[in-house]
Amino acid sequence: MLLLQVDMAFLIEKILLITVILFGSLGIAMYATWGERKVAAVMQDRLGPDRAGPFGLLQPLADGLKLFMKEEIIPDRSTKFLFILGPCLSMLTALMTSAIVPWGPDFVAASGHIFTLQVADINIGVLYVFGVVSLGVYGIMLGGWASNNKFSLLSSIRSASQAISYELPMGISLIALLMMTGTLSLREIVQQQHGFWADGYFSWNFFKQPLGFIIFLTCSFAELNRAPFDLPECESELNMGYHQEYSSMKLGFYLFAEYINLFVSSAILITLFFGGYNFPFMDQVATGLNSPILFTLICVLAFMTKVICMILFFMFVRWTLPRFRFDQLMKLGWKSLIPLALVNMLITAAVILLFFNKP
Amino acid sequence: MSEPQHHIKLAEESLQKQTTTLNLGPTHPATHGVFQNILEIDGERVLEAVPTIGYIHRAFEKIAERRPYYQITPLTDRLNYCSSPINNMGWHMTIEKLLGIKTPKRVDYLRIIIMELSRIADHLVCNSVIGVDTGALTVFTYVFQLREMIYEVFEEVCGSRLTTNIGRVGGFERNFTEASFTKIHHLLTLLPKGLKEFEILLNRNRIFMDRCIGAGPISAERALNYGFTGPNLRAAGVDYDVRVASPYCSYEEFDFKIPVGTNGDVYDRYLVREGEMWQSVSIIRQALEKVEALEKEFPDQKHVFYAPEADHFHLPPKEDVYTKMEALIFHFKMIMGEIDALPGEVYHSVEGGNGEVGYYLISDGGRTPYRLHFRRPCFIYYQAYPEMIKDGLLSDAIITLSSLNVIAGELDA
Repeated sequence: MLLLQVDMAFLIEKILLITVILFGSLGIAMYATWGERKVAAVMQDRLGPDRAGPFGLLQPLADGLKLFMKEEIIPDRSTKFLFILGPCLSMLTALMTSAIVPWGPDFVAASGHIFTLQVADINIGVLYVFGVVSLGVYGIMLGGWASNNKFSLLSSIRSASQAISYELPMGISLIALLMMTGTLSLREIVQQQHGFWADGYFSWNFFKQPLGFIIFLTCSFAELNRAPFDLPECESELNMGYHQEYSSMKLGFYLFAEYINLFVSSAILITLFFGGYNFPFMDQVATGLNSPILFTLICVLAFMTKVICMILFFMFVRWTLPRFRFDQLMKLGWKSLIPLALVNMLITAAVILLFFNKP
Repeated sequence: MSEPQHHIKLAEESLQKQTTTLNLGPTHPATHGVFQNILEIDGERVLEAVPTIGYIHRAFEKIAERRPYYQITPLTDRLNYCSSPINNMGWHMTIEKLLGIKTPKRVDYLRIIIMELSRIADHLVCNSVIGVDTGALTVFTYVFQLREMIYEVFEEVCGSRLTTNIGRVGGFERNFTEASFTKIHHLLTLLPKGLKEFEILLNRNRIFMDRCIGAGPISAERALNYGFTGPNLRAAGVDYDVRVASPYCSYEEFDFKIPVGTNGDVYDRYLVREGEMWQSVSIIRQALEKVEALEKEFPDQKHVFYAPEADHFHLPPKEDVYTKMEALIFHFKMIMGEIDALPGEVYHSVEGGNGEVGYYLISDGGRTPYRLHFRRPCFIYYQAYPEMIKDGLLSDAIITLSSLNVIAGELDA
């Protein structure tokens, strides 16, 4: 009987929001593949996809259709259950993270009803992100291992050790941030970064935690398996690595999950360090517009713009830098990033203790 | 359950051991050709490598024994196809040596221009492929634009691009057009810019340096023992260059330096090739100046593009073939290989794109060589490959292969 007590309006609202976010992130991931190819083309003096539709805009659809039409091959000697589970897990974890991202400010309807543009405001939001992201590596590991292919196995070993090594500095760099914010809820973290300028200093966390941001960003590259940390799927050594044996839409799931991860990671990065949906002079805009729905839309737009800039940054880096060697990657993670993150944490703690310690 | 059947010969007790046997190749994106390496790896560390030679063996040396001299030129194209003009000209020079033909200076200079251009093309491919194998894909597309312009010059001179079949015994099949000189001059303005950009992207890139320094090293002594030549030997610190050691084609008149490395690792090989490209640009400049000076001094030199002594070995111009009976007959005899060469035994080598390309030719006076041996540098490099990648990581093994610039066509001939 518990279910019946739930506010129906609330349920419908959330289901609507989930649907929009789900298809929104799928759509953005699709066009991120197009964007990646276009960015690569621009950087490499090429044209990129330009046949399907204007500017090749239908290319992702064509690719998707092609992947669906391809023959499904499951290797004879593979562990079939795990082989199928791999890409599913990858896709699942990629989509799960978007649940806690606050996409825009609360929007108060004329009836007094408050709409929250966030699927779930869990008070341990940051921990949830870490949990789900750590699970993400299972998809790659299982897929690579179950393929029964030596290249895939090598790739999943690389991937697992990379994920473990880089989650540590990522977490430590965030501890410094969390000491400042005093909360694990992403919603509150965003609200604390209101506007752009507050109390004589920038309100965005990037300006308060620049070193923490750089460490977090580096680790995001590693967690996303993107160049210069794309060792698990480096095409020149392991010929595509863990998804070597995959075909059809199972391969599509892996590739797609990667771009959804790219999108969601950018969203989390923006939320944590670049003020989420906040933008400069938002209070003036809010009073000037005097239309809550329009203001909310502008906020969402600001958030999306920042996310797209972040995605573009990820792409620019990918097409510029060579990749690390495996031992160098480990060295960077354990011998540089973790000590740096610890130092950052200590400095933050000392500053908070000395200057912001108001009993 | 029946016993598993193993059709592949595995290393001793490979099923019981703790290490992995990995087939790197024959079709692997990083091998850039058809090579097979059976690696014994412990995690990512390479313990042992067994290379297989001969996947695309096409018996070129044997085929050459049945082919008239001109029909061997296309075979040389397909040795190191990244720098076919050098192979073509090396072969023509070998025949000239056999027949005792002395080429005019203008032909020498024009040949040098083409050979240095193809050396640049070869090195551009090799160095940018090191970039690709370390994950920096963008530089590859940048330098391929330069390579494309070099190929346009080849196209203007001989009509084809990759497997050029350029030149004839004693010189060229036809004179360079005005357009080809314009294209070379244009290229000379673009090359320094392109090379500079390439160097900015990779030379001091921290990740690239970390990847390449110390990867796949070979000492000068080992390299000499194996018989290394070309950039790979120079990277180990030995300043041996055929262009200087036994000059051919008037190289002795040119002023250039030989870049030399110290450790013989991937980074040194990369830098040596980078340096050689700059030297090649300067050699082309000098050659153009010399051609211009020659034409200024002797205006009739403008029309010299092959040695007059090689007349009996040179195809008549096309318009003559179509209008004069003698020319047509001679053309037919040439193509069908009805021209006998002198008996003799010669060896001639040129500095190819990735080492000393040599031709050992024995003629018994007939229409075909009695025996022809190609000295292919890749054949030698590939034998040292297992030693070079031993105790390195898998990633090192891959960039070592690309930095040696082993070309499957040349390796297997």
